[in-house]
Amino acid sequence: MRKHMASFEIDCTAYLNADGAPLGDLPDFAGDTETVVALYRAMVRTRAFDTKAIALQRTGRLGTYASCLGQEAIGVGAASAMEPGDVLLPSFREHAAQLRRGVTPVESLLYWGGDERGSDFAGPRNDFPVCIPVASQFPHAAGVALAMSLNREKAVAVAIGGDGSTSKGEFYEALNLVGLWTLPAVFVINNNQWAISVRRREQSAAKTLAQKAIAAGMPGEQADGNDVIAVRDAVSRALARAREGAGGTLIECLSYRLGDHTTADDARRYREDEEVKAHWKEEPIARLRAWLVAEHGWSKTDEESLLRGAADEMDAAAEAYLATEPEQAASMFDHLYETLPGDLTTQRAEVSDG
Amino acid sequence: MAELTLVEAVRAALGRALEEDPKVILFGEDVGIDGGVFRATDGLVQRYGFDRVRDTPLSEALIAGMAVGAAAHGMRPVAEVQFMGFIYPAIDQLVNHASRLRTRTRGRLTCPMVLRAPYGGGIHAPEHHSESTESMLAHIPGLRVVVPSSPARAYGLLLAAIRDPDPVVFLEPKRIYRALREDVNDDGTALPLDQAFLLREGSDVTLVTWGAMVVETLEAASALAGRGIQAEVIDLATLKPLDTATILASVAKTGRCVIVHEAAMTAGLGAEVAAQIAERGLTSLLAPVRRVAGYDTVMPLPRLEGRYMPGAGRIVLAVEDAMAFA
Repeated sequence: MRKHMASFEIDCTAYLNADGAPLGDLPDFAGDTETVVALYRAMVRTRAFDTKAIALQRTGRLGTYASCLGQEAIGVGAASAMEPGDVLLPSFREHAAQLRRGVTPVESLLYWGGDERGSDFAGPRNDFPVCIPVASQFPHAAGVALAMSLNREKAVAVAIGGDGSTSKGEFYEALNLVGLWTLPAVFVINNNQWAISVRRREQSAAKTLAQKAIAAGMPGEQADGNDVIAVRDAVSRALARAREGAGGTLIECLSYRLGDHTTADDARRYREDEEVKAHWKEEPIARLRAWLVAEHGWSKTDEESLLRGAADEMDAAAEAYLATEPEQAASMFDHLYETLPGDLTTQRAEVSDG
Repeated sequence: MAELTLVEAVRAALGRALEEDPKVILFGEDVGIDGGVFRATDGLVQRYGFDRVRDTPLSEALIAGMAVGAAAHGMRPVAEVQFMGFIYPAIDQLVNHASRLRTRTRGRLTCPMVLRAPYGGGIHAPEHHSESTESMLAHIPGLRVVVPSSPARAYGLLLAAIRDPDPVVFLEPKRIYRALREDVNDDGTALPLDQAFLLREGSDVTLVTWGAMVVETLEAASALAGRGIQAEVIDLATLKPLDTATILASVAKTGRCVIVHEAAMTAGLGAEVAAQIAERGLTSLLAPVRRVAGYDTVMPLPRLEGRYMPGAGRIVLAVEDAMAFA
């Protein structure tokens, strides 16, 4: 005898089509002009940051940088749903979320320009710095969520990783625990379809990445990652669930990496320009702009003023970054331990400038 | 004052830490009702509850990474990896995160965590349960690596490790978990980290060791004393950072040094000790520095492990060799 033991469904949330036309009823917050304009501003600001960072790298004034071009709605949607007391644990591509959380462009440029002080954020003091070893931030999120839960904080740990990160053991191990212990953690996947040169379909035979949550005994869903309203809505619902003590959620946001993996990569080696061009028609900023123009009276003057303001802010940030004096060489010792062990004072003296 | 074994002293320190600081939490595989496979956490879940003493799924990378996250968010996690042979998935978290979170955020986030793991051979355990790979960990900047060698030192050093503001890997020599009893005063007094312990004074040769090999080294020192050779025995206790001052002061006095460790010889921590002496104590040497160590082989299964482990006999021979030099 065989009997049916389990089945599952995965839903995908989407509100605006690629042209910015509503697909149906929108969530309540979408009716508030101030809220949706703020989402738009945050995405435009992120793109201005991205453009500036790449320009600085191309002219030898920034280190290797991972662009988030085309994926701005994911970070902005997720971060805008979060409370200040929540904790963000971003991968290296989530500038949108970091900026929206209050990391300054100067801090971020400092980090990508090779200065550790860039991760000493003045703003979200409990947020984690970007995580470069893929998926290793998910166990941290489980630990932060455990601490929040033990401290009765009513806060949520939000980790963001790429599609490739869902193939890693640390992703599964952490997901399993969040499900098992009903921890207040939300895992957001920026599925931009590419892990450097490996396509999403070459990463996993799973039909969706969201369904990986099912094996962990927790909800998983998709959202249109080019639709900031959909991302914000899905993450808001997940955060509310987590705050109520109902546990975590995995949210796979479907988007597309319009840029190279990093400035050290040349995506033309492994994908056709035609494919990229087709995805430009779905990118999140033009889509929201079309809808803002149609539904929220967004004018040409509003647009020009926003673009100019964002460009000016990033010009000023770049100047401030470039004008930042490097740390003293001995600083490499100063945060190794709370108190520097005796023998290391000799090494420290060797590089000391003063 | 109670006579405790080393594993009982570990348990007493864990209990004391849970008692004195509500931020201390324990988690790992089988640490709850089972009390850990060596019973190091026996009875703690009954006293402190499931919130603070938690069985985790079988996920070593998660255990270490979760400790990083919880520590950075204000807790004092004490995580257990059941055997050192299974610590390797956790090393990503130790190298890439625990050891550098303070540096990479310029002190904004810190990582006051302890990762405990029993290590070492000599108990006829199955494959992968007997290795000593502490030098891999001692190579990581930003980490502390601490190894107790007696019940009292286990108690005092573990308390110090838990109270330390930085990450500590605490390796417990399981061969001597129950080998001897010692008076341990469970009064919450910690012992200093980053300091070696002088276990026996002597004027002829310095024996540097740590962990379970302290037993054989002290045995060798007694045997040598019967032959008129006075050996000084140093237990390093903290392998990272290394207390070179104590080593160099002793070698300056004795002029000879034999380093004893269970781990494989090549690139073991003994090499670092020898290099420190070569760089900073060469002129006091009367004989070449010798190492008595595990062979550079795969750790044998139980039938041959006795031939792999350095015993007192090999230590005595190395000392006699050093004494006979010119």
